[in-house]
Amino acid sequence: MYSTNGNNIPRIGFYICHCGHNIASIVDVVEVQKYAATLPGVTVSRDYKYMCSDPGQELIQQDIKEHNLNRIVVASCSPLLHEHTFRLAAEKAGLNPYYFHMVNVRENVSWVHDNKEQATEKAKDLARAAIKRVFFHKPLEKKTVQIKPDVLIVGGGIAGIHSALTIANAGKHVYLVEREPTIGGHMAMFDKTFPTLDCAACILTPKMSAVKSHPNITLWTYSEVEKIDGFVGNYKATIKRKPRYVNEELCVGCLDCIEACIYKEAKYPDEFNLGLSKRKPIYIPFPQATPQVVLFDPETCIDFKSHRCKKTCIEACERNAIDLKQTAKFEEIEVGTVIISTGFKTYDPKLSPQYGYGKLPNVYTSLEIERLVNASGPTAGEVVTRDGKKPESVGIIHCVGSRDEKSNKWCSRVCCMYSLKLAHLIKEHTGAEVYNFYIDMRTPGKGYEEFYDKFMNEGVHFIRGRVAEVTDWALVPEEENKLTIRVEDTLIGVVRRIPVDMVVLSVGLEPREDASEIRRMFNISCSSEGFFLERHPKLAPVNTFTDGIFIAGACQGPKDIPDTVAQAGAAAEALSLISAGKIELEPNTAQVIEKYCSGCKSCIPLCPYTAISFKEDIKKAYINEALCKGCGTCVAACPSGSITQNMFEDEQIFSEIEGLLKFAGIELEEKEVEHA
Amino acid sequence: MRYLYYPGCSLKCTGRSYEESLLAVLKALKIDFVELNDWNCCGATAYMAVDESKAFAIASRNLALAEEQFKNEKEIHIIAPCSACYMVLLKTQNYLAHNAGEMKKIQSALKESGLSYEGKVKIRHPLDVLVNDFGLKEITKAVKHHLKGIKVASYYGCQTVRPLATFDDAREPVSMDELVRAIGAEPVDWPLKTRCCGASLTGIIEQVGLPLSYIILHEAAKRRADVVITACPLCQFNLECYQTEINKNYQNDLRIGVIYFSQLLGLALGISPKELGMQRLFVKPEGVYKAVKGGETVYV
Repeated sequence: MYSTNGNNIPRIGFYICHCGHNIASIVDVVEVQKYAATLPGVTVSRDYKYMCSDPGQELIQQDIKEHNLNRIVVASCSPLLHEHTFRLAAEKAGLNPYYFHMVNVRENVSWVHDNKEQATEKAKDLARAAIKRVFFHKPLEKKTVQIKPDVLIVGGGIAGIHSALTIANAGKHVYLVEREPTIGGHMAMFDKTFPTLDCAACILTPKMSAVKSHPNITLWTYSEVEKIDGFVGNYKATIKRKPRYVNEELCVGCLDCIEACIYKEAKYPDEFNLGLSKRKPIYIPFPQATPQVVLFDPETCIDFKSHRCKKTCIEACERNAIDLKQTAKFEEIEVGTVIISTGFKTYDPKLSPQYGYGKLPNVYTSLEIERLVNASGPTAGEVVTRDGKKPESVGIIHCVGSRDEKSNKWCSRVCCMYSLKLAHLIKEHTGAEVYNFYIDMRTPGKGYEEFYDKFMNEGVHFIRGRVAEVTDWALVPEEENKLTIRVEDTLIGVVRRIPVDMVVLSVGLEPREDASEIRRMFNISCSSEGFFLERHPKLAPVNTFTDGIFIAGACQGPKDIPDTVAQAGAAAEALSLISAGKIELEPNTAQVIEKYCSGCKSCIPLCPYTAISFKEDIKKAYINEALCKGCGTCVAACPSGSITQNMFEDEQIFSEIEGLLKFAGIELEEKEVEHA
Repeated sequence: MRYLYYPGCSLKCTGRSYEESLLAVLKALKIDFVELNDWNCCGATAYMAVDESKAFAIASRNLALAEEQFKNEKEIHIIAPCSACYMVLLKTQNYLAHNAGEMKKIQSALKESGLSYEGKVKIRHPLDVLVNDFGLKEITKAVKHHLKGIKVASYYGCQTVRPLATFDDAREPVSMDELVRAIGAEPVDWPLKTRCCGASLTGIIEQVGLPLSYIILHEAAKRRADVVITACPLCQFNLECYQTEINKNYQNDLRIGVIYFSQLLGLALGISPKELGMQRLFVKPEGVYKAVKGGETVYV
């Protein structure tokens, strides 16, 4: 009925941990220990101050050897913390680690109860359930799978770039896939970076060209991951490379074609400059775009619309790089791990209509101002309003789409700092009076508070209060033809009306609109606001709940550049996995008992890990153990009961329940333990 | 669908023309309704500030009466045109839904008069009913006089869309503008749609209330509005009846019609100004009258 490790009779060692005072102050551990000793099968029962300590583990190992134990139960903390520790201890003493079972009497008992007597009873019940369960434990073997050495990185902003270079420099091959025609992400759009005020392009572009020229990096821009299957160490991805209508191998970025375009004037909104300038149907996103390859916009190119263009661009291209018949290409790759660094999007301030964005022309987003102050931006770095005037006063409104119950509740972490930076740059460029409207100034970072101090001394005004509205109606003559910011100044306790020429909305950071599609494709989780969820907020910040898939940068939550680059250490995690060459998988997987499977396929769509397939030749379901995460959904759903799961077999669970039922006052007839 | 109609006190006295025009419009559009039997004052905002429990009790009596009167109907929709009534009923419903203790108290009070309240009533603003239930396309079809060339400033006041209404945006409401477009007129783009008119302060502390009304009228006139439309009896009263007083205080020659949205809609539907209670106005909206051409409009 139950199997043992060479020993027919279960000889159980039971251990209860004091965890200092954590458990022992509420649970009478000695009483539990004494009680466990009376239960059938228990050979040794002990309590100890710290079971997870080296002496605690040695205690178990010694008992295994001396008392010939073949089952171990430890009642202590959560299995998430120390299951691995105790399994390893049992294994070192020669016992199959899966003969071990853990009872959580800390999180589930002592930390949540205050009645000592009842808590002790509950601990006894849980112990009894576990002791009954281990009778039926079986020895299991871990599976080992080989890991493919290549890495796929999705998203070529600073997080993706940094990860790619780290891995490539370690000698491993990287596929960097970027949706836009160039890498660089949001950072390429910024003018300067806080708190050092060094130019974003100056520190980013060398890294961009390093990516392009690195022998270990395959860079696919204007491309998207179409499909991904597989499991840790063995992912197969299909990458769609959208047509640029220009041969990437041939184009050298001379830009003669753009000059030659039949449109003499650029007339379409330029995406990179957020529509603040115009581009032609053939264009390059920005001067340092990587790769230096032009692309066509078929929506606006005459030849795509009417086929009646003189095609002056083709004539101008000496290298014959233009190919208007180009179609999407699909690349199939095999990788061991994936890093997702898809970044963020900024809040759409039209959703906060009180600030007038989209309606009042001189209300800008902070990202638009980044382009305006940039020397290579639409106005060559001159800060002017839409009617071409130099502003004499500028208001910067913080927390637009952040810390707001009506939009996003979270703090976007970067806005206080970039608002300070923009205040400084606007003042430097125009000499205008600059007002910052803030709720709280949040400047916790190395050199950040000093940065704040510096600009307060520079004469930037700080007004504490959430702005009520930006409006164009004038109460007094000074407000005519201005934008008036109405705000309660909470430090002096009055409502103020401040007329300005230009308003900057410091928009917050949000998950990208298709984050949930990415989430589904890569089978990872999102937290409630939609950013990708890390496995542990402190100790596994770049891991996800899917092995081999890592996250880096602002796709996990709002982050500034230093934090993003630090998080691109996801690369290190990916590397450590690849370098191991192989990985051991937990054996808590499910299997189909083929002789009972009716081939109804009801389990297949239920599996969240797409681990189940159908063997057409024998008409039976098949579970890929490398993909199975042991969630048990299929086991519960199978109508014929033909799926079992290691460590969760019926007899294991039922005997555990029997142990627990005693707690509810139900005493089942003690089953005769078969000492076969 | 049949609606219950809850007039509230204002629509029977100072806001009489609101009732007259709204009911005329509902009839013209064949929207079926019946007045709530034995309704009482909603308590307005004043009672709410004095004794919340009692305020909730009197407001909820109306909701309980609605459930009683429409107990055989599939859905109970009650139209509350006065923005104070609308807001107080919504607030009461919302509060009772989230406070079991208060709900218990209110239930026992209602029980004394043989009533009970289950929370089934849907509280609707007439704008919501017209724009979302009846539909703008249908309204356009029913229009007899397209009010071409008329510039209309839609004014909601504080309580129509705030804080609990769900049929329009609380900061940038648009339903009245859509209605204005549907009858061929042109909405004025202006930022003071939900700014306070001074409310009851105009009657109590004039020096606080009057400037607030002035700001609204001044801006509407500056943006060349021919008429201001509103959905609140108190706003209409403050903005229209105090214009002489405002002119005296601010040396201005403001003269702008302030009418109910239902009056403007009624004119477009071909209803006579008299049936819409427009003879009660102090400031005649001349521009609007001029635009109503060709119909059997009786000028008042």
